[in-house]
Parts: sequence; structure tokens; C-alpha cells
Amino acid sequence: MRVVVWLVEGTWAACVDAAANRLGGLAGAQVTLLYVTPSEVEEAAEAAAAGLLGRAWHGHHHRGSAAERAVQQAEEAMEQEASGILGAAASRLAGCRPELVHRRGRPEREVVDACTGADLLVVARDGDRSRLGPHSFGHATRFVVDHAPCDVLVVWPGEPPGTGSLPPPRPPGPPPPPPGHGPRRPPPPGR
Amino acid sequence: MPNAAAEALAVMLLAVTLVGAVVRPRGLPEAVVAVPAAAVVLLSGVLRIDQARSVATSLAPTLGFLAAVLVLADLCDRYGLFDAAGLRMAVLGGPRPVRLLAAVFLVASVVTTVLSLDATVVLLTPVVLATVARLRVRGKPHVYACTHLANSASLLLPVSNLTNLLALRASGLSFSRFGATMALPWLVAIFGEWVVLRSYFAGDLVGQGEAVAACPQGASRGLDNHALFASGVVLLTLAGFFVASAFGVAPAFAALGGVVLLGVPALVGRRVTLGGLGAAIDLPFLAFVLALGVVVEAVSVHGLGKLVAGLLPGSESLGSLLAMAALAALLANLINNLPAVLLLAPAASAVGPGAVLAVLIGVNTGPNLTYTGSLATLLWRRALHREGQEPTISEFTRLGALSVPVVLVAATTALWLALRLLP
Repeated sequence: MRVVVWLVEGTWAACVDAAANRLGGLAGAQVTLLYVTPSEVEEAAEAAAAGLLGRAWHGHHHRGSAAERAVQQAEEAMEQEASGILGAAASRLAGCRPELVHRRGRPEREVVDACTGADLLVVARDGDRSRLGPHSFGHATRFVVDHAPCDVLVVWPGEPPGTGSLPPPRPPGPPPPPPGHGPRRPPPPGR
Repeated sequence: MPNAAAEALAVMLLAVTLVGAVVRPRGLPEAVVAVPAAAVVLLSGVLRIDQARSVATSLAPTLGFLAAVLVLADLCDRYGLFDAAGLRMAVLGGPRPVRLLAAVFLVASVVTTVLSLDATVVLLTPVVLATVARLRVRGKPHVYACTHLANSASLLLPVSNLTNLLALRASGLSFSRFGATMALPWLVAIFGEWVVLRSYFAGDLVGQGEAVAACPQGASRGLDNHALFASGVVLLTLAGFFVASAFGVAPAFAALGGVVLLGVPALVGRRVTLGGLGAAIDLPFLAFVLALGVVVEAVSVHGLGKLVAGLLPGSESLGSLLAMAALAALLANLINNLPAVLLLAPAASAVGPGAVLAVLIGVNTGPNLTYTGSLATLLWRRALHREGQEPTISEFTRLGALSVPVVLVAATTALWLALRLLP
């Protein structure tokens, strides 16, 4: 069995633990730990600089200029972040030799692509968990859950909520509009 | 030359200048296209020499100022001021994303105000990127905050944005008066950004990062002392701006004082070379601004100036100020905010200082809409990315479409209020 664990800041430890504990110790499984450095964040920083016209065109800095040094430091920090998270995750998985994968790009696309040929993907709920509903999945996670070419295990970072978090049932809705007001199609067959 | 032909030639040259600035063939500085365009304007007689001279005279203090501020920001970086700011943000905000966002807001607003938006975009944004990576926090909201505030928080002082410097003379306001009038719009603009970013990125601002290796390598007491010295000089320079303006001295001299205070010890201590300081001045860019000023003047005197003046409403009522700010934002997005302010400021100054400030709110906060400063830059970048993955334009634009109208209306209303409240 091939298992991919997607590591994201803030929630990665829960995913690694879930993979280790829930899947029978991962005996015989081939585990891939995946971290994606989101390209859009760097692009946002670069694009803002492009708006300054000649004052700050990235990639055209004078050698050794303050700006060039700052960009280099940021790149190093992001590289260290990726290897740090991947390393910490690997050391959490005792007794298993995971494959470490670091990609760059749009996280949602990269994760789906990395799942080619996998049997299971482990992701965390990473959105706004204070109000449970569609937004408790972040945008990228929503995309990944929708498009993953394998089974997906969705992990709660922290304690899962009790059933008490359910919203009260909806009061009966307003009466249907009179005929001729608004489209009312018959339900599709088979539902 | 007949007026219509002169106008057509001037508009064509402006277009060539802007295209050259955006495309930058072979990565050459934009002055390579702009300076010959200005030369054609003069040689063809579209603009008389004395007219060009008066443009140069009025731009000279601005250019001197710009050079000094560029060097000042560069020196601050060499003293580790921005690294120290990253450390401060990490300590203030910690691994908690919302607190960290607040710290970024604070630092980015101060840096933009005092050292101009260039410093925030070029020097602070990479530091923020590094800080969020070290704290293992999802960095998207924080980086967007930095790029948005570079524009929105550049309202307060004439030094905060090149556009402000270009319009200061037209407004007829003193340095202190400018700051006093823009204080409320500035606060309101920052608050508007906070509200929009906080809700737009609610899903990214959850959970906690980790406080691993929050200190960059080499962070020590020594670094903090140097940074402290640099920030002391910056504060002194800031005070110098107000004092100089009170005595009718060009603020460029105060900036020069700051450069000397920081530069001499840096040169002696081999922190920087003379060549490094020279590169920070960025002469080609100064030449570009001057050439752009000449070309825009040529466009302006042959009829477009009158046309623009006709478009601007003739009063400082709330509705007129809003209309001016919106028009300025639109023009800044269509071309770039530099030519936009060069075109609009003279016409607005005929209405009053409040009108010039409304135009500045438009040209300063407007560029968040197309995030690269202008539609032209945006289109060009899109063309560059054609072969790679799809560009992530949609998110910038979606966020800008939410924040720009909110900030524009709120800040302009605040300006209207400030104009009535101030004696």
C-alpha cells in the first residue's frame, strides 16, 4: 500500500500521527511525506516589486544589493522550513522509512499530482474550525479532497468536536412559490 | 507644428515610454527608452526648452529627495534594521497567525510611512516571507498584508510615496500640514485593509505555527545595537523633515543629513563601499522620472491637460473628492501611478489642496487592484508566464476588488472630514 501524507504548517503533526496510529503501524506500507512550498506567496511578493517600475525588478537586482540579499535570505528560510518540517515528520514515524518529497507550485495541483498511483492520502482539516461547515476545509484542501485519485483520510488536528457542535435542525422552510414563479424542475431520476 | 500633431506625437511618445518601462527589452533600465523619447519631445519642438527647464526645476528637489531616501533605506538594511524588524515581528506575534498579522501591519505601516513604499516592497517583504517560514506559519496573509500596505499605508507623509513627493509642490502644502491632513485617511486606510484581509484570509489565519528557530542566524545583541542606531537616525531624520519644512528648507537636506549620519560610519566600518552607495542611488531611475516628467508635460500642454482638468469636478465636496479619487485610481491602474499623478496633480491643484490629496489617495491605494501597479505591467507579466503554469492573477484581483473600493471610499471620506475639522 502506498500512503501519501500531505504536510502543511500547523497541522502536519496530526497527519503523521494519524498515519502512524490508525493504519496498523503502517507495516509494509510505502509512506511518502509531501510538503509543497506555495508559489503564489512568492509571486505576490515579486509582483508587487514589478509595480515599482525600475526601482525593484526582481531578478534584475544589482549583484550584492540589499534587495538581492533579502530575497536570498527569504528563499533560504523557505527551504529550511520545508526540510525542517519533512525531517521532523520523518523522525515522528519511528520504524518506517518514509520517502521525503518537496515540491513547489500551486499546492492543490501538486498534491493531486503527487497522489498518482497512491492508495491513500492523509490530509488535515485546515480551514476555519471555529464554525464547522464548508469553510472548515481550506481552499486547497477542498480541491484536493474533490480531485484526489485515491481514498482520502481527513484528520482532525486536535480533539474532534462532539455531536453537540451540530447546528439545530432547520425550521420548516417557507411554502413553495406559486406555480410560474421560479424554475421548479422535477428531481432527476434515480434519486 | 500644429497643436493636434504635437499632441499626437506627445501621446505616442508617452506610450512608447511606458511600454519601454514595462517591457524593459533585454532587462535594460527604463531610462534607455524614456530619455530618447524626452529628447525627441525637445528636438521636435513639441515642448520648448524653457518649458522643459521648468519641469526639471520643479522635479529636482523630488529627485534629490528620492535619491537620499533610496540610499537611506539601503543603509538601514546594511545596519540590519529590517532583520531586526523581522525578529521584532516574530517576538510580537509569535507563532499565532493573527497576532503575527497585526505585527506585520504595525511594522509595514511604519516602514512605508518613514522609508517609503519601496523599502516595504523590496526590503521588508522578503523579511516577512523569511519570518513566517521560520515560525512555520502559513505566510499568504502576511505577505499580502505587506504588499497591500506598501500602497495603502503610503498616504501619511510626503516621503512615503514618490507620488506624494511629485504632488507636494502642486498641493502647496507644507510637510507638516500634509501629514496632519492625511493622518486620519491613513489610519482609516490601514484599518480598512485589516478588516478586508482579516476576513478574506480567515481560513488561513487559524491554528498555530511553531516557534522553531525564530531567530535568523547571526542574530545577536550586536545586530540589535546596530539596528537600534539605524532606527535612531531614521527617527532623527523624520524629525528633521518637519523642522526643515518649518524653516522653509527642502526636506531633501534632512534626508541627506540622515544619509551622512548612517553612511559615514558605515563607510569607515567597511559596511558599505562608495560604489555600493552609488548603486543604491539608482541614477537610471532618476533619469527615467525626469524624462517621464518631460514627456507627460508635453502631453499635458497640448490639450490633454485641459481635457483632464475638465474631467475633474470643480469643488471639494465629498462627492467631488470621491470622484477624483476614483478617477485617479482608474488612471493609475490603466497606465501607472507615476504618469497618472503627473497628469492629474496640476489639474487638481487648480481646485485646491484637498483635491490633490484625493488624487493621491486614488493613485496610492488604487494599484492594489491590479497588484503590479498597472494593467500594462499585469498584461506583460501574464504574457511572460504564458508558457509556465497559469498565473495566479485571480487571487490578487479578487482581493484587490474587495479592498480597493473599501479603502478608497473610507480614506476619501476621512480626508473630507479632516479638511473640515482642521483649522
